[in-house]
Amino acid sequence: MTPSAPEPPLALLAELTHRCPLQCPYCSNPLALERAASELDTATWCRVFDEAAALGILQVHFSGGEPAARKDLEALVAHAAERGLYTNLITSAVLLDAGRIERLVKAGLNHVQISVQDHEPRGADRIGGYAGAHAKKLAVARLVRAAGLPLTLNAVMHRQNLDHLEAMIELAVSLGAARLEVAHTQYYGWGLRNRAALIPTRAQLERATEIITAARQRLKGRLVIDYVVPDYYARRPKSCMGGWARRFLNITPAGKVLPCHAAETIAELSFESVTERPLAAIWRESPAFERFRGTSWMPEPCRSCDRREIDWGGCRCQALAIAGHADAVDPACEMSPLHERLAAIAAEESAGAPPEFVYRRIGAIV
Amino acid sequence: MTSPPAIGEASVPRLPPHIKLRFDEARQRWVLLAPERVLMPDEIAVEILQRCDGMATVGSIVGSLAEKYAAARDEVARDVIDMLQDLMDKGVVAA
Repeated sequence: MTPSAPEPPLALLAELTHRCPLQCPYCSNPLALERAASELDTATWCRVFDEAAALGILQVHFSGGEPAARKDLEALVAHAAERGLYTNLITSAVLLDAGRIERLVKAGLNHVQISVQDHEPRGADRIGGYAGAHAKKLAVARLVRAAGLPLTLNAVMHRQNLDHLEAMIELAVSLGAARLEVAHTQYYGWGLRNRAALIPTRAQLERATEIITAARQRLKGRLVIDYVVPDYYARRPKSCMGGWARRFLNITPAGKVLPCHAAETIAELSFESVTERPLAAIWRESPAFERFRGTSWMPEPCRSCDRREIDWGGCRCQALAIAGHADAVDPACEMSPLHERLAAIAAEESAGAPPEFVYRRIGAIV
Repeated sequence: MTSPPAIGEASVPRLPPHIKLRFDEARQRWVLLAPERVLMPDEIAVEILQRCDGMATVGSIVGSLAEKYAAARDEVARDVIDMLQDLMDKGVVAA
Protein backbone atom coordinates (compact mmCIF):
# COMPACT_ATOMS: atom_id res chain seq x y z
CA MET A 1 0.00 0.00 0.00
CA THR A 2 2.99 2.31 0.17
CA PRO A 3 3.26 3.88 -3.28
CA SER A 4 6.89 4.14 -4.35
CA ALA A 5 6.12 6.69 -7.07
CA PRO A 6 3.12 8.82 -6.10
CA GLU A 7 0.78 10.21 -8.72
CA PRO A 8 1.66 13.77 -9.69
CA PRO A 9 -0.20 16.52 -7.80
CA LEU A 10 -3.10 18.31 -9.48
CA ALA A 11 -2.74 21.74 -7.98
CA LEU A 12 -0.33 24.12 -6.31
CA LEU A 13 -1.40 26.73 -3.79
CA ALA A 14 1.18 29.50 -4.15
CA GLU A 15 1.11 31.67 -1.05
CA LEU A 16 2.99 34.59 -2.54
CA THR A 17 2.98 36.67 0.63
CA HIS A 18 1.52 36.85 4.12
CA ARG A 19 1.01 40.62 3.77
CA CYS A 20 -2.69 41.53 3.69
CA PRO A 21 -4.63 44.73 4.41
CA LEU A 22 -7.41 42.67 6.01
CA GLN A 23 -7.20 41.15 9.49
CA CYS A 24 -9.80 38.37 9.37
CA PRO A 25 -9.76 36.48 12.68
CA TYR A 26 -10.05 33.09 10.91
CA CYS A 27 -7.19 33.56 8.45
CA SER A 28 -5.74 30.27 7.22
CA ASN A 29 -2.20 31.59 7.50
CA PRO A 30 -0.11 30.42 10.47
CA LEU A 31 0.04 32.45 13.69
CA ALA A 32 3.69 33.18 12.94
CA LEU A 33 3.43 35.26 9.76
CA GLU A 34 6.30 35.62 7.31
CA ARG A 35 7.61 39.13 6.79
CA ALA A 36 8.15 40.67 3.35
CA ALA A 37 11.94 40.30 3.56
CA SER A 38 11.73 36.49 3.60
CA GLU A 39 9.49 36.20 0.50
CA LEU A 40 10.71 34.32 -2.59
CA ASP A 41 11.69 36.62 -5.45
CA THR A 42 10.13 36.69 -8.92
CA ALA A 43 12.77 34.49 -10.56
CA THR A 44 12.44 31.78 -7.93
CA TRP A 45 8.65 31.65 -8.25
CA CYS A 46 9.01 31.41 -12.04
CA ARG A 47 11.39 28.49 -11.65
CA VAL A 48 8.89 26.86 -9.26
CA PHE A 49 6.15 27.15 -11.90
CA ASP A 50 8.46 25.57 -14.48
CA GLU A 51 9.11 22.68 -12.10
CA ALA A 52 5.41 22.43 -11.22
CA ALA A 53 4.34 22.12 -14.86
CA ALA A 54 7.05 19.50 -15.50
CA LEU A 55 5.87 17.55 -12.45
CA GLY A 56 2.32 17.33 -13.82
CA ILE A 57 0.64 20.08 -11.80
CA LEU A 58 -2.33 21.44 -13.77
CA GLN A 59 -3.54 24.41 -11.74
CA VAL A 60 -1.94 27.20 -9.75
CA HIS A 61 -3.91 29.07 -7.14
CA PHE A 62 -2.29 32.44 -6.44
CA SER A 63 -3.01 33.14 -2.81
CA GLY A 64 -1.57 34.75 0.29
CA GLY A 65 -2.06 36.80 2.43
CA GLU A 66 -3.18 39.07 -0.33
CA PRO A 67 -1.39 38.04 -3.55
CA ALA A 68 -1.96 41.47 -5.12
CA ALA A 69 0.34 42.89 -2.44
CA ARG A 70 3.07 41.52 -4.74
CA LYS A 71 3.85 44.00 -7.51
CA ASP A 72 5.02 41.10 -9.70
CA LEU A 73 1.67 39.26 -9.55
CA GLU A 74 0.99 39.93 -13.24
CA ALA A 75 4.44 38.66 -14.23
CA LEU A 76 3.98 35.50 -12.17
CA VAL A 77 0.53 34.81 -13.66
CA ALA A 78 1.93 35.35 -17.16
CA HIS A 79 4.77 32.92 -16.53
CA ALA A 80 2.49 30.22 -15.12
CA ALA A 81 0.00 30.67 -17.99
CA GLU A 82 2.81 30.33 -20.54
CA ARG A 83 3.66 26.99 -18.99
CA GLY A 84 0.08 25.83 -19.63
CA LEU A 85 -0.97 26.03 -15.99
CA TYR A 86 -4.58 26.98 -15.23
CA THR A 87 -4.32 30.19 -13.21
CA ASN A 88 -6.67 31.14 -10.39
CA LEU A 89 -6.40 34.27 -8.26
CA ILE A 90 -7.64 33.94 -4.68
CA THR A 91 -7.95 37.50 -3.47
CA SER A 92 -9.49 39.88 -0.95
CA ALA A 93 -9.80 42.24 -3.95
CA VAL A 94 -9.06 45.40 -1.97
CA LEU A 95 -5.75 46.08 -3.75
CA LEU A 96 -7.11 45.53 -7.27
CA ASP A 97 -8.38 48.12 -9.73
CA ALA A 98 -9.40 48.25 -13.39
CA GLY A 99 -5.80 48.66 -14.58
CA ARG A 100 -4.48 45.66 -12.70
CA ILE A 101 -7.40 43.49 -13.77
CA GLU A 102 -6.76 44.40 -17.39
CA ARG A 103 -3.09 43.47 -16.98
CA LEU A 104 -4.04 40.18 -15.31
CA VAL A 105 -6.39 39.31 -18.19
CA LYS A 106 -3.55 40.05 -20.63
CA ALA A 107 -1.26 37.85 -18.54
CA GLY A 108 -3.65 34.94 -19.11
CA LEU A 109 -5.51 34.74 -15.81
CA ASN A 110 -8.31 32.14 -16.02
CA HIS A 111 -10.42 32.72 -12.91
CA VAL A 112 -10.86 34.96 -9.87
CA GLN A 113 -12.10 34.06 -6.41
CA ILE A 114 -13.06 36.94 -4.12
CA SER A 115 -13.78 36.46 -0.44
CA VAL A 116 -16.57 38.34 1.31
CA GLN A 117 -16.98 38.63 5.05
CA ASP A 118 -20.70 39.45 5.27
CA HIS A 119 -23.58 40.62 3.09
CA GLU A 120 -23.37 44.32 4.02
CA PRO A 121 -20.52 46.76 4.76
CA ARG A 122 -20.92 47.26 8.49
CA GLY A 123 -20.64 43.60 9.48
CA ALA A 124 -18.16 42.77 6.73
CA ASP A 125 -15.75 45.60 7.55
CA ARG A 126 -15.90 44.78 11.27
CA ILE A 127 -15.11 41.08 10.66
CA GLY A 128 -12.31 41.85 8.21
CA GLY A 129 -10.94 44.64 10.37
CA TYR A 130 -10.67 47.02 7.40
CA ALA A 131 -12.94 50.03 6.83
CA GLY A 132 -14.32 50.25 3.29
CA ALA A 133 -13.32 46.71 2.32
CA HIS A 134 -16.80 45.45 1.44
CA ALA A 135 -17.68 48.29 -0.95
CA LYS A 136 -14.29 47.90 -2.61
CA LYS A 137 -14.79 44.14 -3.02
CA LEU A 138 -18.15 44.60 -4.73
CA ALA A 139 -16.70 47.20 -7.09
CA VAL A 140 -13.79 44.92 -8.01
CA ALA A 141 -16.11 41.91 -8.44
CA ARG A 142 -18.04 43.92 -11.03
CA LEU A 143 -14.80 44.90 -12.79
CA VAL A 144 -13.78 41.25 -12.88
CA ARG A 145 -17.07 40.29 -14.57
CA ALA A 146 -16.88 43.27 -16.92
CA ALA A 147 -13.42 42.07 -17.97
CA GLY A 148 -14.98 38.73 -18.94
CA LEU A 149 -13.36 36.71 -16.17
CA PRO A 150 -15.37 34.05 -14.35
CA LEU A 151 -15.93 34.78 -10.68
CA THR A 152 -16.27 32.63 -7.59
CA LEU A 153 -17.49 34.31 -4.45
CA ASN A 154 -16.06 32.80 -1.29
CA ALA A 155 -18.44 33.45 1.59
CA VAL A 156 -16.60 32.69 4.80
CA MET A 157 -19.28 31.69 7.31
CA HIS A 158 -19.39 31.45 11.11
CA ARG A 159 -21.73 32.18 14.01
CA GLN A 160 -21.58 35.96 13.47
CA ASN A 161 -22.80 35.88 9.85
CA LEU A 162 -24.37 32.46 9.22
CA ASP A 163 -27.87 33.92 9.69
CA HIS A 164 -27.15 36.11 6.64
CA LEU A 165 -26.55 33.16 4.33
CA GLU A 166 -29.63 33.81 2.18
CA ALA A 167 -28.41 37.38 1.53
CA MET A 168 -24.90 36.08 0.73
CA ILE A 169 -26.36 33.78 -1.93
CA GLU A 170 -28.31 36.72 -3.40
CA LEU A 171 -25.09 38.74 -3.42
CA ALA A 172 -23.32 36.02 -5.43
CA VAL A 173 -26.16 35.97 -7.97
CA SER A 174 -26.31 39.75 -8.26
CA LEU A 175 -22.56 39.97 -8.87
CA GLY A 176 -22.76 37.41 -11.68
CA ALA A 177 -20.65 34.79 -9.89
CA ALA A 178 -20.87 31.34 -11.45
CA ARG A 179 -19.71 29.66 -8.24
CA LEU A 180 -20.25 30.27 -4.57
CA GLU A 181 -18.14 28.59 -1.95
CA VAL A 182 -19.90 28.54 1.37
CA ALA A 183 -16.80 28.04 3.45
CA HIS A 184 -17.26 27.46 7.13
CA THR A 185 -14.25 28.74 9.00
CA GLN A 186 -11.80 26.03 9.86
CA TYR A 187 -10.31 25.73 13.30
CA TYR A 188 -6.58 25.84 12.87
CA GLY A 189 -4.21 28.70 13.59
CA TRP A 190 -6.14 31.97 13.81
CA GLY A 191 -9.50 30.19 13.53
CA LEU A 192 -8.66 27.91 16.44
CA ARG A 193 -7.56 30.91 18.49
CA ASN A 194 -10.92 32.57 17.75
CA ARG A 195 -13.04 29.43 17.81
CA ALA A 196 -15.46 30.58 20.52
CA ALA A 197 -16.17 33.75 18.54
CA LEU A 198 -16.76 31.79 15.32
CA ILE A 199 -18.32 28.39 15.87
CA PRO A 200 -22.04 28.30 15.00
CA THR A 201 -24.78 26.59 16.99
CA ARG A 202 -26.19 23.33 15.68
CA ALA A 203 -29.50 25.07 15.02
CA GLN A 204 -27.75 27.75 12.93
CA LEU A 205 -25.96 25.05 10.98
CA GLU A 206 -29.11 23.03 10.32
CA ARG A 207 -30.90 26.12 9.05
CA ALA A 208 -27.92 26.90 6.78
CA THR A 209 -27.96 23.39 5.33
CA GLU A 210 -31.69 23.77 4.51
CA ILE A 211 -31.01 27.11 2.80
CA ILE A 212 -28.20 25.60 0.72
CA THR A 213 -30.30 22.61 -0.33
CA ALA A 214 -33.13 24.87 -1.51
CA ALA A 215 -30.79 27.36 -3.22
CA ARG A 216 -28.97 24.63 -5.13
CA GLN A 217 -32.26 23.46 -6.58
CA ARG A 218 -33.50 26.98 -7.30
CA LEU A 219 -30.26 28.13 -8.94
CA LYS A 220 -29.35 24.95 -10.80
CA GLY A 221 -27.50 25.79 -14.01
CA ARG A 222 -26.90 29.39 -12.89
CA LEU A 223 -24.91 29.18 -9.67
CA VAL A 224 -22.87 26.23 -8.44
CA ILE A 225 -22.71 26.15 -4.65
CA ASP A 226 -19.91 24.29 -2.89
CA TYR A 227 -20.66 23.61 0.74
CA VAL A 228 -18.98 21.55 3.42
CA VAL A 229 -20.36 20.99 6.90
CA PRO A 230 -17.93 22.22 9.57
CA ASP A 231 -16.01 19.34 11.14
CA TYR A 232 -17.25 19.87 14.67
CA TYR A 233 -20.77 18.92 13.60
CA ALA A 234 -19.84 16.26 11.06
CA ARG A 235 -20.29 12.49 11.45
CA ARG A 236 -17.44 11.61 9.16
CA PRO A 237 -14.21 13.48 8.53
CA LYS A 238 -13.66 15.51 5.39
CA SER A 239 -11.25 14.14 2.80
CA CYS A 240 -8.78 16.82 3.80
CA MET A 241 -6.81 18.02 0.74
CA GLY A 242 -8.12 14.89 -1.04
CA GLY A 243 -5.64 12.94 1.08
CA TRP A 244 -2.29 13.97 2.50
CA ALA A 245 0.28 14.43 -0.29
CA ARG A 246 -2.09 12.94 -2.87
CA ARG A 247 -3.32 15.89 -4.94
CA PHE A 248 -2.13 19.23 -3.60
CA LEU A 249 0.87 21.02 -2.41
CA ASN A 250 1.27 24.38 -0.83
CA ILE A 251 4.27 26.67 -1.01
CA THR A 252 4.70 29.31 1.68
CA PRO A 253 5.93 32.86 0.96
CA ALA A 254 9.44 31.81 2.03
CA GLY A 255 9.40 28.67 -0.16
CA LYS A 256 8.59 25.85 2.23
CA VAL A 257 6.65 23.06 0.55
CA LEU A 258 3.71 21.74 2.59
CA PRO A 259 1.05 19.07 1.98
CA CYS A 260 -1.56 21.57 3.24
CA HIS A 261 -1.58 25.17 4.39
CA ALA A 262 -1.92 24.26 8.08
CA ALA A 263 0.72 21.51 8.12
CA GLU A 264 3.27 23.64 9.94
CA THR A 265 1.18 23.24 13.11
CA ILE A 266 2.53 19.66 13.21
CA ALA A 267 5.79 20.41 14.99
CA GLU A 268 7.24 16.89 14.54
CA LEU A 269 7.47 17.44 10.76
CA SER A 270 10.15 19.45 9.04
CA PHE A 271 9.45 20.88 5.63
CA GLU A 272 11.86 21.31 2.76
CA SER A 273 12.17 24.44 0.67
CA VAL A 274 12.14 25.05 -3.08
CA THR A 275 15.36 26.96 -2.50
CA GLU A 276 17.08 23.74 -1.40
CA ARG A 277 15.62 20.93 -3.49
CA PRO A 278 13.67 20.39 -6.73
CA LEU A 279 9.91 20.38 -6.29
CA ALA A 280 9.56 16.89 -7.81
CA ALA A 281 12.00 15.40 -5.32
CA ILE A 282 10.17 17.03 -2.42
CA TRP A 283 6.82 15.74 -3.67
CA ARG A 284 8.10 12.20 -4.16
CA GLU A 285 10.50 11.75 -1.27
CA SER A 286 10.20 14.38 1.43
CA PRO A 287 9.67 12.63 4.80
CA ALA A 288 6.94 15.14 5.67
CA PHE A 289 5.00 14.13 2.54
CA GLU A 290 5.63 10.42 3.07
CA ARG A 291 4.58 10.61 6.72
CA PHE A 292 0.80 10.43 6.13
CA ARG A 293 0.63 9.51 2.46
CA GLY A 294 -1.60 6.57 1.52
CA THR A 295 -3.06 4.29 4.20
CA SER A 296 -0.15 2.45 5.82
CA TRP A 297 0.37 5.14 8.51
CA MET A 298 -3.23 4.80 9.71
CA PRO A 299 -4.22 3.67 13.18
CA GLU A 300 -7.19 1.36 13.74
CA PRO A 301 -10.08 1.67 13.11
CA CYS A 302 -9.05 3.77 10.07
CA ARG A 303 -6.72 1.17 8.55
CA SER A 304 -9.47 -1.44 8.18
CA CYS A 305 -12.27 1.08 7.54
CA ASP A 306 -14.02 0.74 4.18
CA ARG A 307 -13.86 4.53 3.82
CA ARG A 308 -10.07 4.69 4.18
CA GLU A 309 -9.61 5.58 0.51
CA ILE A 310 -12.58 7.96 0.53
CA ASP A 311 -11.65 10.29 3.38
CA TRP A 312 -7.98 9.22 3.66
CA GLY A 313 -8.16 9.46 7.42
CA GLY A 314 -9.47 13.03 7.49
CA CYS A 315 -7.33 15.83 8.80
CA ARG A 316 -3.99 15.40 10.54
CA CYS A 317 -3.88 18.97 11.80
CA GLN A 318 -7.23 18.51 13.49
CA ALA A 319 -6.14 15.23 15.05
CA LEU A 320 -3.20 17.12 16.51
CA ALA A 321 -5.28 20.10 17.65
CA ILE A 322 -7.89 17.99 19.46
CA ALA A 323 -6.29 14.62 20.25
CA GLY A 324 -2.80 15.96 20.89
CA HIS A 325 -1.02 13.85 18.28
CA ALA A 326 -1.12 13.98 14.51
CA ASP A 327 -1.59 10.27 13.82
CA ALA A 328 -4.73 9.91 15.94
CA VAL A 329 -8.15 9.19 14.43
CA ASP A 330 -9.60 12.51 13.23
CA PRO A 331 -12.05 13.48 16.01
CA ALA A 332 -14.52 14.58 13.33
CA CYS A 333 -15.13 10.86 12.74
CA GLU A 334 -17.79 9.27 14.93
CA MET A 335 -15.42 6.29 15.36
CA SER A 336 -13.03 8.53 17.32
CA PRO A 337 -13.19 8.31 21.12
CA LEU A 338 -12.98 12.12 21.09
CA HIS A 339 -15.92 12.63 18.72
CA GLU A 340 -18.37 13.41 21.54
CA ARG A 341 -15.91 15.88 22.96
CA LEU A 342 -15.72 17.75 19.67
CA ALA A 343 -19.50 18.16 19.63
CA ALA A 344 -19.44 19.20 23.30
CA ILE A 345 -16.84 21.91 22.58
CA ALA A 346 -19.01 23.23 19.75
CA ALA A 347 -22.18 23.19 21.86
CA GLU A 348 -20.54 24.87 24.84
CA GLU A 349 -18.62 27.57 22.98
CA SER A 350 -21.48 28.47 20.64
CA ALA A 351 -23.95 28.80 23.53
CA GLY A 352 -22.12 31.64 25.27
CA ALA A 353 -21.76 35.25 24.14
CA PRO A 354 -18.97 35.46 21.52
CA PRO A 355 -15.70 36.86 22.87
CA GLU A 356 -13.92 39.73 21.08
CA PHE A 357 -11.98 38.75 17.97
CA VAL A 358 -8.22 38.42 18.14
CA TYR A 359 -7.50 40.00 14.77
CA ARG A 360 -4.89 38.56 12.45
CA ARG A 361 -1.88 40.81 12.44
CA ILE A 362 1.85 40.35 12.76
CA GLY A 363 2.67 40.25 16.45
CA ALA A 364 -0.97 39.89 17.63
CA ILE A 365 -0.14 36.64 19.39
CA VAL A 366 3.16 36.09 21.13
CA MET B 1 -38.97 30.88 -10.63
CA THR B 2 -37.04 30.21 -13.82
CA SER B 3 -36.42 26.59 -14.73
CA PRO B 4 -32.82 25.44 -15.17
CA PRO B 5 -31.47 25.65 -18.72
CA ALA B 6 -31.98 22.35 -20.52
CA ILE B 7 -29.98 20.73 -23.32
CA GLY B 8 -31.79 19.35 -26.36
CA GLU B 9 -30.95 18.10 -29.85
CA ALA B 10 -31.05 21.65 -31.23
CA SER B 11 -28.68 23.10 -28.60
CA VAL B 12 -25.23 24.23 -29.69
CA PRO B 13 -22.89 23.35 -26.83
CA ARG B 14 -19.50 24.95 -26.30
CA LEU B 15 -16.81 25.18 -23.65
CA PRO B 16 -16.74 28.65 -22.07
CA PRO B 17 -13.37 30.42 -22.51
CA HIS B 18 -12.28 29.68 -18.94
CA ILE B 19 -12.80 25.91 -19.33
CA LYS B 20 -9.80 24.18 -20.87
CA LEU B 21 -9.80 20.74 -22.45
CA ARG B 22 -6.17 19.76 -22.69
CA PHE B 23 -4.01 16.68 -23.24
CA ASP B 24 -1.82 16.20 -20.20
CA GLU B 25 1.57 14.77 -21.06
CA ALA B 26 2.38 13.79 -17.47
CA ARG B 27 -0.70 11.57 -17.17
CA GLN B 28 -1.05 10.71 -20.87
CA ARG B 29 -4.76 11.54 -20.84
CA TRP B 30 -7.20 14.35 -21.52
CA VAL B 31 -8.10 16.62 -18.63
CA LEU B 32 -10.78 19.26 -18.28
CA LEU B 33 -9.64 22.26 -16.27
CA ALA B 34 -12.29 24.37 -14.57
CA PRO B 35 -12.25 26.90 -11.74
CA GLU B 36 -10.79 25.11 -8.73
CA ARG B 37 -11.46 21.66 -10.12
CA VAL B 38 -9.95 19.16 -12.51
CA LEU B 39 -12.17 16.64 -14.27
CA MET B 40 -10.79 13.48 -15.85
CA PRO B 41 -13.20 12.72 -18.70
CA ASP B 42 -13.29 9.16 -20.03
CA GLU B 43 -12.73 8.36 -23.68
CA ILE B 44 -16.36 8.87 -24.74
CA ALA B 45 -16.66 12.11 -22.77
CA VAL B 46 -13.54 13.41 -24.54
CA GLU B 47 -15.10 12.54 -27.91
CA ILE B 48 -18.20 14.54 -26.96
CA LEU B 49 -16.29 17.48 -25.49
CA GLN B 50 -14.04 17.77 -28.54
CA ARG B 51 -17.18 18.23 -30.64
CA CYS B 52 -18.53 21.05 -28.40
CA ASP B 53 -17.09 23.74 -30.67
CA GLY B 54 -19.94 26.28 -30.58
CA MET B 55 -21.00 25.32 -34.12
CA ALA B 56 -22.21 21.71 -34.04
CA THR B 57 -25.68 20.98 -32.66
CA VAL B 58 -26.22 18.20 -30.14
CA GLY B 59 -28.09 16.38 -32.89
CA SER B 60 -25.10 16.44 -35.24
CA ILE B 61 -22.74 15.39 -32.42
CA VAL B 62 -25.01 12.43 -31.71
CA GLY B 63 -25.07 11.57 -35.39
CA SER B 64 -21.31 11.58 -35.76
CA LEU B 65 -20.79 9.46 -32.63
CA ALA B 66 -23.49 6.97 -33.57
CA GLU B 67 -21.78 6.55 -36.92
CA LYS B 68 -18.27 6.30 -35.48
CA TYR B 69 -19.24 3.66 -32.89
CA ALA B 70 -21.93 1.96 -35.02
CA ALA B 71 -24.36 2.40 -32.13
CA ALA B 72 -28.11 2.98 -31.94
CA ARG B 73 -28.83 6.67 -32.36
CA ASP B 74 -31.40 6.79 -29.54
CA GLU B 75 -28.98 5.34 -27.02
CA VAL B 76 -26.18 7.67 -28.05
CA ALA B 77 -28.57 10.63 -27.89
CA ARG B 78 -29.60 9.76 -24.35
CA ASP B 79 -25.99 9.39 -23.17
CA VAL B 80 -24.80 12.59 -24.84
CA ILE B 81 -27.69 14.68 -23.53
CA ASP B 82 -27.32 13.27 -20.00
CA MET B 83 -23.63 14.02 -19.95
CA LEU B 84 -23.93 17.52 -21.39
CA GLN B 85 -26.79 18.37 -19.03
CA ASP B 86 -24.69 17.26 -16.07
CA LEU B 87 -21.71 19.32 -17.26
CA MET B 88 -23.95 22.31 -17.89
CA ASP B 89 -25.31 22.08 -14.33
CA LYS B 90 -21.70 22.08 -13.14
CA GLY B 91 -20.97 25.20 -15.21
CA VAL B 92 -18.45 23.40 -17.42
CA VAL B 93 -20.46 23.48 -20.67
CA ALA B 94 -22.54 26.35 -22.05
CA ALA B 95 -25.23 26.23 -24.73
